[in-house]
Amino acid sequence: MAALLEIRNLRKSFGGVAATDDVNLEVAMGEIHAIIGPNGAGKTTLISQLSGGQKPDRGSIRFRGANITRRPAYTRARLGIARSFQITSLVMDMSVLDNVALAVQASDGHSFRFLKPARSITHLRDAARDMLLQVGLGDRADQPTAALSHGEHRLMEIAIALATGAELLLLDEPMAGLGPEESTQMVAFLKLLRGKKTILLIEHDMDAVFALADRISVLVYGKIIATGTPDEIRGNVEVRHAYLGEE
Amino acid sequence: MSMTKRSIWPTLGFLLLLLVVPLGFYFYDNAFYLDLATRLVILGIAATSLNLVLGYGGLISFGHAAYIGIGAYAVGIPVYHEFYGGFDSIASTNGLFQIAIAVGIATLFALITGAISLRTKGVYFIMITMAFAQMAYYFFLSLDEYGGDDGLVIEVRSEMPFMDMDSPVQLFLLCWMSLVVAMLIVRTIVHSRFGMVLQGAKGNNERMVTLGYNTYVYRLTAYVISGAMCGYAGALMGNFSSFISPAMMEWGRSGELMFMVILGGAATTLGPVLGSAAFILLEEIFSSVTIYWHLPFGLLLIGVVLFARGGLTGMFRGRGN
Amino acid sequence: MDYDLLFIQTLNGIQLGLLLFLVASGLTLVFGILDFVNLAHGSLYMFGAFICAWLTLQLGNFIYAVLLALPLTGLLGLAVERLMARYLYTRDHLDQVLATFGLILVLDTLAHLIWGPAGIAVPLPGWLRGQVEVFNGVVVPSFRLLIIATGLVTAAFLFWLVNYTRLGMLIRAGASNRTMVSALGIDIQTLFALVFALGAMLAGLAGMLIAPITEASIGMGNNIIITAFVVIIIGGIGSMKGAFIGALLIGLIDTLGRSFLDDLFKLFMPSDAAETSAPAVSAMLIYIIMAMVLAIRPQGLFPPKVR
Repeated sequence: MAALLEIRNLRKSFGGVAATDDVNLEVAMGEIHAIIGPNGAGKTTLISQLSGGQKPDRGSIRFRGANITRRPAYTRARLGIARSFQITSLVMDMSVLDNVALAVQASDGHSFRFLKPARSITHLRDAARDMLLQVGLGDRADQPTAALSHGEHRLMEIAIALATGAELLLLDEPMAGLGPEESTQMVAFLKLLRGKKTILLIEHDMDAVFALADRISVLVYGKIIATGTPDEIRGNVEVRHAYLGEE
Repeated sequence: MSMTKRSIWPTLGFLLLLLVVPLGFYFYDNAFYLDLATRLVILGIAATSLNLVLGYGGLISFGHAAYIGIGAYAVGIPVYHEFYGGFDSIASTNGLFQIAIAVGIATLFALITGAISLRTKGVYFIMITMAFAQMAYYFFLSLDEYGGDDGLVIEVRSEMPFMDMDSPVQLFLLCWMSLVVAMLIVRTIVHSRFGMVLQGAKGNNERMVTLGYNTYVYRLTAYVISGAMCGYAGALMGNFSSFISPAMMEWGRSGELMFMVILGGAATTLGPVLGSAAFILLEEIFSSVTIYWHLPFGLLLIGVVLFARGGLTGMFRGRGN
Repeated sequence: MDYDLLFIQTLNGIQLGLLLFLVASGLTLVFGILDFVNLAHGSLYMFGAFICAWLTLQLGNFIYAVLLALPLTGLLGLAVERLMARYLYTRDHLDQVLATFGLILVLDTLAHLIWGPAGIAVPLPGWLRGQVEVFNGVVVPSFRLLIIATGLVTAAFLFWLVNYTRLGMLIRAGASNRTMVSALGIDIQTLFALVFALGAMLAGLAGMLIAPITEASIGMGNNIIITAFVVIIIGGIGSMKGAFIGALLIGLIDTLGRSFLDDLFKLFMPSDAAETSAPAVSAMLIYIIMAMVLAIRPQGLFPPKVR
């Protein structure tokens, strides 16, 4: 199995409390790998270290074989890592299309350009529009971002992650705060990405996780206590005890 | 906001008004208003340059008066040496040379102070830009040769090709055209791909970094462009006032520039100019009524912050989306 | 090297440092706890000086004047908090900066209206006008020793207040968690008002102590406020310890730089070059130090843990 992402002995603590406690994890090319665990298990901290928002205390992160542990956040996107945020993180005072176009522009690699109006560069705008169509926000493109609903913001997060052209998507609770119907739509959309992108998915919605994931890792108090297929995780006594049993 | 197409006519109309009215007064033997307008237009250039970082970049620079001072001294010091000897390498009355020095030193100052200031954020950034401007203030204050605290009269205005800076009308026209160019430059930058990144970083820096933008470099670039433009405005200011003194760099001046931007409407093309016009006129009106004019003026500023968010352009347009 | 001069200047540096600490501690308290940037903090310093100067002339006694002026500057702080500042706590820093910039104009003009455009000199009582011989032949004005003593006592008081009292605990909690303080059933508005008044009194006290040396004058606060900013930037905004160490550092560097930098420069450059460059460099010295600290630690020397 070719690992796209390899995490070795990753550790990050805050004032003596280990949020990530010697985590080892491999994400294979093309798989949807879900990470589940109770609140405060360190899931978002893990993602932040992968995207470069936080620096690990020790351990290593390899992406496509290259050590990226200490690389600044902005270089990771160029290597092919994109993330969505648990708490919606968009440029609220720009239009929906502008937000996505900025993601396309980032992968386009020509941003130190001062003359031509960005909104008249058709290949950026078209690619962004296309991405919005794919997530079902085609008719919202020209709205101010702040005017969209929470569910639409969650879709925008996905559209932006996709628009960067990244191979690896780190999705931090894409279903957070969605109604049942919206969740179903989101799951259906993420299913379409299977095989096209590699996804590391953090999610509380167990139905969604078991519907989507190829493999699941369970993170409890900063430690991975089990990794396996959905069926293996369902049958794992330790997991049921530590986590699933609580619900 | 940025996605709605705004009419360009109010901007053109206002600029035309700014051109015609002072000249009209001048030709009816009232030179005072042309003077006032020249100062207004120069401050308008400075405010426009500040708007690039403050309005579009969300970077609260509280030190832009330093660039005006640097620009003015870049006119005054070469002229001083031309007249009184010493420092032959920079002694000159050539305007293009002086402007090159003004823009060059301002660029360098912006690059160095910006590189340090932009490593910090929020309130640190405000205070640090303030402190660096104060550093420039004390630096020029300590230069006794150029008058120290008292400042220095600039003996002759810059010699420019095809024009005479001693003619109030020609000086005004140069300033006015410079303003139009400054507005065009900022407008072009803001709408470019670079400008989109700058504005994106203002709205959500973390998002932009995650997308792969090294926003520090974008911000520093904008900061340097802004400083260079403001240095140019300083060179005009030196020519206009024929006088340089550290007082041009006092942090109160920087605060006034910020107020012009906010008063007129940050992150708009016309806002900073409208703001400087309103600022200069209010200053003129209040100070003609009472020597205690800072009191109502200060109250007005507080009132604007508390009640008129979005500035004048916001009030005309009806704020919000 | 003139060691007597070095001693005197070191003492002067400590004195300046402690005055800066009084101003900076108020700033850092108000910012750390209220998340409020008060540019007009220097105007409170000025009002402290003016109120004290005026009272000294009325009462004929500087000490009584200080004791009376302290609560008065506190009241002025309360008035500013109630009339303006509290509406700005939830606004962004830009709005706070602009509004308090307007407030400077208002307060400076008010002082002008009340006390006139000229400064007011403050006469000291006889026992403070003398000199004290510290050791063989080196004399120090006794008032300067009083400034140092007052500064140290106030610093000790603030450390006790912040670290060992219930109010201090609330202050430290408020800095990190407003909602928690509210949840404890503590009236956060009163707490904030008290902190603001305390900050005003600290700035005012610094103004009262400097007034007998420089006299009270319009705009006197507008220079010290920037230096106080430099202090808290170096120390770490919101940190009392940082304000103290930063203030002493800046006070010493600034004072010693102005008197000894030319001697220092003469060690490695021609003496006329040293004499022309030293004033310029010493004028910029504290800002250069600030830049160096920031280049290494963008959050200052003692960044508060939370934030």
